[in-house]
Formats: sequence, structure tokens, C-alpha cells
Amino acid sequence: MMNGRPHGPAKAGATGGPTDERPLPAPRPATDDGSDRRMQLAIGSILRIGVLLAAAIVLTGAVVWLSGAARTDAAFGTFHGVAPGLTTVAGVVRDAARLRGEAIIQVGLVVLILTPVARVALSAVAFALERDRLYVALTLIVLAILLFGLTGHTL
Amino acid sequence: MREGFTNIRIGMFLEVGTTAGAIVGAALATRLPPHVIETVFGVVLLVSVYLTLRLREPEPVPRATGLAARLRLQGTLPTPEGPVPYAPQRVPLGFGIMTVAGALSGLLGIGSGAVKVLALDQAMRLPFKVSTTTSNFMIGVTAAASAGIYLHRGFIDPAIAAPVMLGVLAGSLTGARLLTVAHSTVLRWVFSGAILALGIEMIVTGLR
Repeated sequence: MMNGRPHGPAKAGATGGPTDERPLPAPRPATDDGSDRRMQLAIGSILRIGVLLAAAIVLTGAVVWLSGAARTDAAFGTFHGVAPGLTTVAGVVRDAARLRGEAIIQVGLVVLILTPVARVALSAVAFALERDRLYVALTLIVLAILLFGLTGHTL
Repeated sequence: MREGFTNIRIGMFLEVGTTAGAIVGAALATRLPPHVIETVFGVVLLVSVYLTLRLREPEPVPRATGLAARLRLQGTLPTPEGPVPYAPQRVPLGFGIMTVAGALSGLLGIGSGAVKVLALDQAMRLPFKVSTTTSNFMIGVTAAASAGIYLHRGFIDPAIAAPVMLGVLAGSLTGARLLTVAHSTVLRWVFSGAILALGIEMIVTGLR
């Protein structure tokens, strides 16, 4: 994934594996070695799986919610905060378990929010495997800032 | 990402700035009057469009110097004629703009990919496809930094979030397929048109 370093051209897998599901016209970067390429694909898969999972959950929640009897006319003209149960991860999960559509949607959104966090965590591991201390440190700083925000802290 | 345009080191390094900025922005979002923020940001977007259209895509500078070299931020752009090396310029300036972009993103609850791309290709002189994909790579992380704060404050309404999320996903999947075949010039015009519309809309909403 780190296309900055000079690599030996003889390294195995330097041309990349036949891992694409669909044909692409773009050529491979010549400087990527096998492990960089694998890392990049792993990170790509995490993002794809996370987003698709989140979308599936949101869609399910939307269907449950729209088919529910307790539907009222939407009033988007005025802003109001959502119900207290929908503002914490624990509350959202509890309500989703009772098959409340809105809570299921929120679970999907939490999955969506956690997807990039998982990506950053995986990047930290990847940089550690490459013994790249500088980037392990930078990645952990980002992770710390993300966790600060996720726990609902504001400055 | 599979196309090899994204520069993960640049993304990772700049995310330190964007996430820190996003936390500050989200904190400000709870305190500042929204119409003021909207108006100012609309103006920033219009200036961005002007810059994007005035400046051409920079010629890639192959040699990394200073901070770019120490952080090993250089990369290669895959092209039909073979890989073209590039190295970011003016890294501290780019980092500064990205921090501001992160703050705007936290403030307005948007990815502010527009401002990010401007920092990446105008300040750091990255090739357009690298700046666009690397910016996309960062948007999720930047948004996640402030999204937790919004969730805890009850700012995320499932009735709005569900259709928006599904629509954005469908749109971005379509866009990702077009990227590898699209021309840089066409991309820039489409991009500028979108920002122009967004900027005008925000100013009109903000002043009303």
C-alpha cells in the first residue's frame, strides 16, 4: 500500500494478483509489492463489507419502520433532537432488539460510523507489521481522536 | 482503492489534522448560530470553485523534499503510459488546510471532500485522481470523528439518515465506476458545478 519506497523489481507478486472481481483498464502501480497490495485489498474489503452491512441494516430498519402502524406525518420543518433512547449505543441496541425500526436504522448508522474506525485500527496493525513506527504512532493518534469523539466527548 | 490511485500515507498523515479539526468543529457546531456558519461556508465554496477552474491540474513533481521526504509521502500514479512518480509539495500548508477542512466538516456535518481536494491538489500539487481518491479515503474517518458526538447529542434522526445514506451509497457506487474512465477535465467541471450549486444554496439558506 505504501507506494513511496523503492522496491526491488524481482519481488514475487510485484505485478499484483488476479484478485479483482471485475476487469479494470487501469494498470497496477509498478512499485507495489505483494504485502502492500494485500494490505490495500484487506482495507478495501473492510470498508466495503462495513458499508454494505450498514446499508443492509438501515434498509431493514427502514422497511420495519415504514410498515409499522405508529407512523405519523413527517415534520422536517422544525429541528428537534431524537428520543433519548436513540442517542447512545446501548439504548439503540436495546430498542433494536425490540424490533423498533428507528433503532434498527440507528444500529446501521453506528456500524457505518465504526467502519472507518475499524479501518484505522487495521492500518495500525499493518504499519506495525511493516515495523513502521512513525506511521504506527500517527495512526494511533488518529484512533485516539476517533475514540474521544465516539464516546460522545466534546471540547 | 483497488485502482491504485489512493495514497494511504498521505491520507493517514492528514487524518491527524482532519479528525482533530472535526472534534473542534463539532464542539463549535453546538455553540455558533447556524446561519452565520452556512453563509461563511457558502462563500468559501464559491472561492474554491474559482480556484479550481483558474488553476490547472499540476504537473507531478517527482522529487520529495523536506517533510514530504521524511514522511515518505511520495507515490506513483498509474497511467496508460506507465507509472508516473509524484511527491506532495508544501506539506505543512496542506496539513493546515486539511485541519480547517476537518473543522468545517465537523461544524457542518459534511465530508467537506471539496475543501480536502483543494488542499491536496492546489496546495500539495497532487495529481487530480490521487487527490480525489485520497480525499474520499479520508472522508469516512473525518466524519466518524464528529458523528459520535452528533449521535450522543441526538442530532441524527433515523427518518432523515436512512434515505440519505441509501441514496448516497447508490450514487457513490455509480461514481466509482465512472472514475477510471472519466477525464480529469470533465471531473473538474462536474465537481466545480456541484460545489457552485452547493455554495449558492448555502449562502441563500444562510441569509434568509
